[in-house]
Amino acid sequence: MKKLFAIFTVIGLIAMMPNIALAGSKKAAPLVVVAYTKGLSGLSLWWANLYNDNMLLFTILTGCITPIAGILIGFVTDFLLGLTGIDLTKRELAEH
Amino acid sequence: MEWLYLHMPISGVDLFWPGLVILGLGVGILGGFYGMGGAWMITPGLNILGFPMAFAIGTDIAHIAGKSIVSTIRHAKFGNVDYPLGVAMILGTMVGFEVGAQIVMFLERIGKVDLYLRIIYLILLFFIFTTVLYDYAKLKKKEKFAKEKGEELDKLASGVTWYKTLHKIKIPPVMTFKQAQIRVSIWLPMLVGFTTGVIAGLLGIGGGLIRMPALIYLVGCPTHVAVGTDLFEVMISGLYGTFTYTWKGRTELLAVFIMLIGAGVGAQFGAVATKYFKGMIIRVLFGAAVCIAALSIAQKLIARIYDIGWLDDVSTVTILGGLSVLMIIIVAKAIAGMRKEVQMKKIQQS
Repeated sequence: MKKLFAIFTVIGLIAMMPNIALAGSKKAAPLVVVAYTKGLSGLSLWWANLYNDNMLLFTILTGCITPIAGILIGFVTDFLLGLTGIDLTKRELAEH
Repeated sequence: MEWLYLHMPISGVDLFWPGLVILGLGVGILGGFYGMGGAWMITPGLNILGFPMAFAIGTDIAHIAGKSIVSTIRHAKFGNVDYPLGVAMILGTMVGFEVGAQIVMFLERIGKVDLYLRIIYLILLFFIFTTVLYDYAKLKKKEKFAKEKGEELDKLASGVTWYKTLHKIKIPPVMTFKQAQIRVSIWLPMLVGFTTGVIAGLLGIGGGLIRMPALIYLVGCPTHVAVGTDLFEVMISGLYGTFTYTWKGRTELLAVFIMLIGAGVGAQFGAVATKYFKGMIIRVLFGAAVCIAALSIAQKLIARIYDIGWLDDVSTVTILGGLSVLMIIIVAKAIAGMRKEVQMKKIQQS
């Protein structure tokens, strides 16, 4: 658990590094996109409104949900592959 | 057939969602197998499905982040991820990428940058493809020579061994990278990462296409470890890209989810498939993918220069058809390997 926490802390710090490199470069003016909410309802409407009103929260949620979704799908696939009977912990390291 | 189209709330387009799943699955398998994100395959695919280009790039990067986490965890369980090596390379890659991007800004000011960069990209792909072929031919020669002497070649022996020369550079600190089974100056992976980062920044690509062979031929990683370690780096750059593109408002999370359904499964399968291939065969198949990409880009370039509309379509068919053939080869061999493994297990148990 400690090792996993250390790895993710390092990953987080490294992921921040490009911001330092980019800080010196000239910034281009971003083109603003507005989500069209007419005809939307429920979760889609809430999500589009969040995009229009609170980009910071939208970004944080997207950045967190995406890897979590990936991990969940990965675990389910891992479980299904394990049911086939193949060994998912070992492989032979050979070039030829 | 309306149920086959989903409305994307942010970009406002209606997308053929089965196409997203299939695209995610196919590129997931190839990405998990070759150790790369596959942005060069997905972004044009999303554009073809109807996404505006900026959203195609942002959505692609977000899905790559999700997918590469899956493959990295899978490869890590196999012992294919060398975290210290990955961290050392990515430090160099990030700085190199920004340098590459700044060079592009400078070239833009002197004009015609597009054409020159495409030509550089083609030359690079051609170089990688010929290196793989040369590597294979040299290894076969070594095997034949060893057989004639009545000896057996080491399992990790390689054809091209440029890394042996680079390993002689012992500028401190010198580190042992356990999973990669190498002991080198830390400056080597950082310098290789920086160089691949400059090229990736210059060409506007993710870098996995260049980093994977660089890890094998310049750093000296065994192929399976190069695949896993490269995916670790793709994961980090993907996470950064997700935040940056989403902050710019160019990520469609619904499309990311749908692609991840296919990509998550595909990436796991692709990573497991590496179990059933020798390292040299993974390299040869990688070379084939690079050759297909080069051919497609050459067709697109000629189509653009000479204004031949149909050649542009041929270029799309080349990349999609060629990569589909490779995917079928990988899936077929992996399934055959899995069946053999399960049969052997049953025999041993009985």
